[in-house]
Order: sequence, then structure tokens, then C-alpha cells
Amino acid sequence: MEKDYEDIPGTFVFDADRSREGYHLNQFCISLRKQENRATFKVNEDTYLDQYPMTYEQRAAVKDRNWNRLLELGGNIYYTSKLAANDGINFQNLAGLMTGMGVEAYREMMVNGGRSIDGNRSKSEWRDE
Amino acid sequence: MARITAGVGCSHVPAIGVAMDTGITDQPYWQPVFEGFKKSREWMKEQKADVVFLVYNDHCTAFDASCIPTFALGCAAEFKPADEGWGARPVPVVKNHQKLASHIAQSVILDEFDLTIMNEMEVDHGLTVPLSVMFGDVPEDGDWPALVIPLCVNVVQYPAPTGNRCYNLGKAIRRAIDSFDEDLNVVIFGTGGMSHQLQYKRAGLINAEWDARFMDMVVNDPIAASQIPHLEYLREAGSEGVEMVMWHVMRGALDEDVTEVHRHYHVPASNTAVGHIILENKA
Repeated sequence: MEKDYEDIPGTFVFDADRSREGYHLNQFCISLRKQENRATFKVNEDTYLDQYPMTYEQRAAVKDRNWNRLLELGGNIYYTSKLAANDGINFQNLAGLMTGMGVEAYREMMVNGGRSIDGNRSKSEWRDE
Repeated sequence: MARITAGVGCSHVPAIGVAMDTGITDQPYWQPVFEGFKKSREWMKEQKADVVFLVYNDHCTAFDASCIPTFALGCAAEFKPADEGWGARPVPVVKNHQKLASHIAQSVILDEFDLTIMNEMEVDHGLTVPLSVMFGDVPEDGDWPALVIPLCVNVVQYPAPTGNRCYNLGKAIRRAIDSFDEDLNVVIFGTGGMSHQLQYKRAGLINAEWDARFMDMVVNDPIAASQIPHLEYLREAGSEGVEMVMWHVMRGALDEDVTEVHRHYHVPASNTAVGHIILENKA
């Protein structure tokens, strides 16, 4: 199937393939929605993670809180944001980390109207993509 | 007979709920967001809606990755606000008009829209934030001023249903409500958007021009609006901007000609452009 949306820079469209790859990772993340699970995870992250048969790379990205890597490995933002929330990081601060801008510069950009669409439509407009 | 008198389009940014719950709506950052809902709250009071039919998406709260229904209709007696990872919002339990919900399920499925029926479901900010912005503060132990029928649409895993499908589902919901034999005033909400991207290196994308054009089209040329392809939302309005397909359900349930009575747009609320519109049927 043609994936015309793969041309959008700096973006992962969470399609069925990514959903399949990220299934156990995402199910781990969403389990942290509940307070009792957050408490158990806090006690021993490794023991808790043993319940979820994710790949070595996914598990390492969780341990490292490597937010972009989590998305590259099939994570979806609505799931990974639960791990962030567990760490006390809200959506806006998480975006500050994922964009590499840092929390303050990102917030400043949003207050000034956000990231412009110009230059951000296609991978051909991004040098490093 | 039951009738749909008006539609509301509205963002459902979680941070708006947090701002209300923590009492910081007067702060300079939030004041312009809420200023635009002042008129809406007065309008909402005047409407005296018996039922709000609320189209929203669940953000991996009631549904984790194990089950992803495209359209799920809330048929339970009530819906508790969920803990989304930072504690449940201190707002009232949402109560359904269960008889109307069952009637809609039956009518719409025979109309060939294969809904999933939810007899137990928690609701997240996608549903409670629009209620809060439209009704204002309601104490946790109080009651929302209207009964609420939730319709959950998958917009998390690609592909969301097409705009065309959403628009036609709106028409089927209209037929169902029109054929319900109880005198009820129903207001339909289509929620989500406007432009926003929460993830990865393009996070923070806002496209105000596109958003304005989208709202114009929804009001004046809803069929053309319903034909916008997913790629355009994803590219022009950000990966999470595809939520706006849910506005077409609302628009499909209204008359072809409507009166726009209010519009509000503000950037930002957290990562998102806030968009809001109120449309009334002319009859």
C-alpha cells in the first residue's frame, strides 16, 4: 500500500504497521494510566517491564526515556505521553524535548503562533530528513 | 419529537481542563482562550438543551491498543471521568439519555453504520473539556446541565474514518434523533483540533490560515469540507489535526443551511490552536 503520508517531515503517522511493531511498548505505556501501576513501576522498573514482551531496543528506549526513539520504534504519542506523565512531564514539555528545542524555547514558539507550515510540508524541504 | 437544533465545533485540549480545574483561567496565557467562550456559555444556557450528543475521540483511555473501534456509541447509564495518568478531573459523572442512545444505536446500525456499543466506558478529556468550556464550572458533586450521549471516533490509529463517512454518519444520527418519540432538544458537538502536532520533530505545527478555511467550509460548503483527504489534514494541520474529521459528524447532523452565531479562534493552548464555532439550524 502506498504511504503518501511518509513524505511529511518530522512526523510518524501511527498506522497499522507501526501499531503492530509498537504493540507491547504501547500497552506498557498505557498501563501507567492507573495509579496502582505507576506505584509498582516506581518500585522496580525492570520487574515491571518484564511483563511486557517488547524488543530490547524498545525496552532500552523506555529505560533511557528516549522520547523520539520510542516513536521510531512504534510508540504513539498518546501512549508515550503516559510514561512522560508518570515522570511529571506534560504534553508541552514533552514536545520541547522531542523537538530538541528545550522546554522554554518551545513554549516561546507556541506563544508566538507555533511552528509555521512554510518549509515544513515535505521531507524535500528538510535537509536532515 | 426529538430534534437537533444546533451544532457546536470545539477543541478539547486537555490543558484547558487543567486550567479550569486549577483556577488559573484569568492568567494572561489563558484569559484569551476563555474570553471566546463567554458568549458560548450564555448561548448554552439559553438553549436549555435536554441532551448533548457529543462526538469526540478517546485518547487511549477507555480503549488501549487491544481494541480500536472506529465508531463506539456510549449506551451505559453513566460515564465516569477517567484517570488519564494525572488523576481524574474533578467534574461530575456524565449521565446518559439511555433510551435515546439505544434508539440511535438501533436506527443507525439498520442505516448501515456498524457502531460498537459501549455499555461500560470511562470518558477522558476529549469529552469532559468541551462540556466544561460550554457549561462553565460545575462542581464535582453537582450535575452537568444536560444528559450526554458520547460517540467515540478512532482518530489515534491511522486511518480515521473519512470525512465523507463522518458526514454521512451525522445524517444517519439526524434521522435517528428525528424519529425518536419524545420531545427533546438535542445539541450536537463535534470536537477536536484545530491544527496541532504533538509528536516528534515537527511538534508545535500551527496553520491558522488552513484552520480558518476549514471553518468557513464547514459552515458554507460542508460537502466539499467532508471530501478533504486525510493527507491534507496530516500535512497541513499536523498529525493530530486529523481529529477535525469529527466536526463533519456534527455538520452532517445539521441542515444544509445554517446560521453561524459565534466563532472563536486562538493560538495557543499548550500545543494546539483552539477553534470553536456555534451553528444553528434555521428552522
